[in-house]
Amino acid sequence: MITLNTIRKRFGALDVLQDVSLSVRTGAVTALVGPNGSGKTTLIKIVLGLTRADHGALHVDGQPADDAGAYRRAIGYMPQAAHFPVNLRVGDVLDLVQQLRPGEAVDDELARAYDMDGIRDKFVGTLSGGTRQKVNAVVAFMFRPALLILDEPTAGLDPLSANVLKEKIRAVRREGRSVLITSHIMTELESLADDVAFLCDGRLRFAGPVAELLSHTGGRSLEDAIAGLMRAERAGRLERVERAEPRPAVVTAGPTAPSPWLAPEPKGAA
Amino acid sequence: MSVVSLVLQAGLRDLSRNRWIVAYTLSFLGIAEGLFWFGGTGPQVLLSMLNLVLLVLPLVALVFGTIHVYASREFVELLLAQPVPRRELFAGLYLGLALPLAGAFLVGAGIPFIVHARDGATIGGVVALLGAGVGLSLAFAAIATWIALFTDDRLKGIGLALAAWLASTVIYDGLVLGAAAAFGNYPLERPLLGLMMTNPVDVARVLVLTQLDVSALMGYTGALFERTFGTALGTGIAAAALVTWCVIPLGLAGRRFLRRDF
Repeated sequence: MITLNTIRKRFGALDVLQDVSLSVRTGAVTALVGPNGSGKTTLIKIVLGLTRADHGALHVDGQPADDAGAYRRAIGYMPQAAHFPVNLRVGDVLDLVQQLRPGEAVDDELARAYDMDGIRDKFVGTLSGGTRQKVNAVVAFMFRPALLILDEPTAGLDPLSANVLKEKIRAVRREGRSVLITSHIMTELESLADDVAFLCDGRLRFAGPVAELLSHTGGRSLEDAIAGLMRAERAGRLERVERAEPRPAVVTAGPTAPSPWLAPEPKGAA
Repeated sequence: MSVVSLVLQAGLRDLSRNRWIVAYTLSFLGIAEGLFWFGGTGPQVLLSMLNLVLLVLPLVALVFGTIHVYASREFVELLLAQPVPRRELFAGLYLGLALPLAGAFLVGAGIPFIVHARDGATIGGVVALLGAGVGLSLAFAAIATWIALFTDDRLKGIGLALAAWLASTVIYDGLVLGAAAAFGNYPLERPLLGLMMTNPVDVARVLVLTQLDVSALMGYTGALFERTFGTALGTGIAAAALVTWCVIPLGLAGRRFLRRDF
């Protein structure tokens, strides 16, 4: 399990993350959602060690993550867009990543599903965007890390390839591994995620099971619920409510379904 | 295999197939061969190539290097997400840029001198030219890497790279000439020798010219340098200065790479 404790990050005058505490449960898919600029990418980069938090702690399986980066052996990462050197062959890229992680058991299921053998000798620069994204996915799923971090994983993939990837994500969950996924396609997240973490303006507004979010907001779908939270945030009606463990520290509610966590609508509001 | 060698190999594979690097190699090859072809003797070709090296090599290393580091940013992030130490990754990335640049120059400029070995160029002169070119490639690749890590704004980064090239090749010469003209009545030797050390291009020029019998072409600082240090000591000092010009920007770039957020 990966635990983030009161993470703060500031870029210049901008508070990008403010006291974010989040746990990614073992064997669960956690969707990290929020509007553009809410701090999702920064949070992911802090987990990966690409960006250093100004304050707070990151623990992987109870051990503090350090600068040496050995803890990243437990992580597989799929960035939003694949930018491999264009003059390398697909085989060069796959071999490089494999050699950078010697001794780790290789999972070639996705590589076979995407027929990487058929394109190993092709230069990255000659591949379509979708095929590059497949290579990107294969790199992330190449090993059997305890945590997979997937940033918009199906962007650019054709429906069949996207379906294959989603099945792979479900298989990873069945194996008891964890997935932290971001996407702006809420229907996709709803079909995959067990938990959801909603970030807005650098603050974690909800973290808990998807079902709980739906019940608190009265949303019929994850899209409804998140849209409701975003509307409430814009209207200044979203409050953070500290809740006792084991229930997650939360927030919330949408305008369509008032809840105990929603600040009262201002008088005269429609 | 170590992280450094793995990342270096990837860099070598990538840039050895890069069309700009291939064109860069062929340009040096074509120009040097052309100079021999049109009747130049070894020393004449050496001097012509020296002028080309001092002007073109810093420009290519700075601009190409800066663009390359920016273009590699997302791939670097993917590599940083693997369980590898930043220090080793940086070393591999830098060498993966600097060695192909230096190698392209060595191949392009070196082959014609090997083919025309009997045309009068001294071994010392050729080795000094090739060594100075390699040194400039490594130094300016380090400066380019530092610039690209210093600012995330690509336009600003490329502007800084061009400014660094202008400063080291054009503005510097103007400053030296201006200082020599304005303060001609004062003992300028030591200040100007110190000024020379601040510019890797001038250091490279002196390094090569101390190997050739062409004092008239040395320029103000070069002539002072040879008169003060003599040939042997002068070569050693110039070579050490060029190595320093590789090490300092590389250290700054490495420090930035280790500390920065991606």
